[in-house]
Amino acid sequence: MLHDQVILLKKVKKSQKEGMKMKKIKSTLLIMLFISMTSISNAQDMIQIKGSDTLINLVQKLAEVYMQENPGKYISVSGGGSGTGVAGLINSKCDIADASRLMKDKEIKQAQALGVEPKRVVIAIDGLSIISNKNNPVKELTVDQVGKIFRGEVKNWNEIGGLNKPITLYGRQSNSGTFDFMVSEILKGDHASTMNRMNGNSQIVEAIEQDSSGIGYVGVGYAKEATGITVIRIATKAGGKYVSPLVFENVITGEYPISRPLNQYVNGAPKKNVRDFIDFELGIKGQQIVEEMGFFPIPQEYKDFNKQSLGN
Amino acid sequence: MINYAINNLVLPKKINFINSRITDKVSHFLFFLNGMIVIGVLVGIFILLVFSAIPAFKEIKILEFLFGLEWNPTSYVEEKFGIVPMLVSTFMVTLGSLCIAVPIGIGTAAYLSDVANGRTREFVKPIVEMLAAIPSVVIGFLGIVLVGPFIAKIFNVPNGLNAVNGSILLAVMALPTIISISEDALISVPKAYEQASLALGATKWQTVIQVKVPAALSGIIAACMLGMGRAIGETMTVLMATGCAPAMPKSFLGPVSTLTSTIAIELGEVAYNTKHYYALFAIGLVLFFITFLINLVSEIVLHKYEQVHR
Repeated sequence: MLHDQVILLKKVKKSQKEGMKMKKIKSTLLIMLFISMTSISNAQDMIQIKGSDTLINLVQKLAEVYMQENPGKYISVSGGGSGTGVAGLINSKCDIADASRLMKDKEIKQAQALGVEPKRVVIAIDGLSIISNKNNPVKELTVDQVGKIFRGEVKNWNEIGGLNKPITLYGRQSNSGTFDFMVSEILKGDHASTMNRMNGNSQIVEAIEQDSSGIGYVGVGYAKEATGITVIRIATKAGGKYVSPLVFENVITGEYPISRPLNQYVNGAPKKNVRDFIDFELGIKGQQIVEEMGFFPIPQEYKDFNKQSLGN
Repeated sequence: MINYAINNLVLPKKINFINSRITDKVSHFLFFLNGMIVIGVLVGIFILLVFSAIPAFKEIKILEFLFGLEWNPTSYVEEKFGIVPMLVSTFMVTLGSLCIAVPIGIGTAAYLSDVANGRTREFVKPIVEMLAAIPSVVIGFLGIVLVGPFIAKIFNVPNGLNAVNGSILLAVMALPTIISISEDALISVPKAYEQASLALGATKWQTVIQVKVPAALSGIIAACMLGMGRAIGETMTVLMATGCAPAMPKSFLGPVSTLTSTIAIELGEVAYNTKHYYALFAIGLVLFFITFLINLVSEIVLHKYEQVHR
């Protein structure tokens, strides 16, 4: 194929001596050939990654650096949500599914029925930060209080030591991975139906910057950059130590209670190029990027889990 | 020699004749095909919607779906699939947007057709049409950073993510439709009506309000209904600006979650081929019927009005 290109290039060079028209036609042909060739080669060994919006920025960055280091490798990363990614994996529309939640039993069964064997890999840890407006005097809460607030049992800030102001809740849409995590790990119940459902982390940050009565949850990466908000310190139980997710060690050691693993799912033992990329993600450089993007590197227990899952 | 000349003259004409008949047939077929494609796409979408929605009703009672007061498809305790809060939300936002857009729209249309001089019209009309070209994401963004805080300040509420915000934004989006169709309706009112009215001593204002607008009423109603169709079907803007809380809306200053925004916000993350997934398609089907009905009625009204004036 390269040979063909060289010949065409030579031909184009020759045609420079000929009329302008010829040259134009030939160069357009050449461009078209290039485009079609690159798209063909892309399609052959391009890794398709789809899924969680929490993970998309991180995985895009990982893919960018990986492609820089390995010219000739192509990775396409798109979002759409954990459900989209998992559906893509089930239907063999993508090689890797990003998921900020675990795959549900139903989904795993569906995948198996279609001959797909989902394997889970944990690539990073996310501390979920509870944020409020920076003018709100409440800076510390217990996990129990957070649960009460988001279940709608506590309705006014003065019930938890704040001003006399009704609480406005901001969360994610139902069945987003983040929402799922809050329901099953922190609330142990349903969100208040009056909670505003925001389409993504940055919209929650945006809303809380403007709303002095607001409280919401976003990935630590999104909270780090924002200016008009307070990241609330959380204690596991009343009388316990209030810790901030912005401090690295708190999340890694598990002292900060609201954290979760971020996953990727692959089909069975992955192909070489997919495996290569995952090894990069889990390697030193990849985990450095994880940290740069505001997430936390995986602890030993998950490293062992990944090894088992991928089967060396 | 003469024969030769005649042959030469006639022959190409014959060929042209046959050629044009063929092109006629081919183009006839092509246009027919185009029409069929549009119909095919519509029918295809409808079938897809129906078949994706049907499985939902194997598990959810249809009455519970249509009249249920609670939407909580991923509950920790008990899943609920009632779309009434969404219907109410959609109705509220649409009504609100019409309350804003109809007076402004008809006013602008009357101004353009009867008051403005040629030059102003040339200037204003393209601007109105440009309004339709603004992407809904941009309008939604304006709703978050501009309209929202403004509403919060004026009504003294903690935030501006509510039905009022959605109504204002949707009004902006429905305006181009309402203005340009109403203006067409006003312009095509026969000149004789206007002249007769003026000759009887009516002022320009009286003529516009009491003669021209009533004469063009069916066109104006159709314009408003098409604008309404736009408002009901709009997704991104309401998704961004109305808060999307699934609770039954209590006031215009509280968050609402419309049919469209619920589908958009939940479909991306829903577990594939589950009850919830099918239920979202069922909502889509409901939405399809609503917009179909509105478009049908407005087409009938518009058609009637065309018949009256021809």
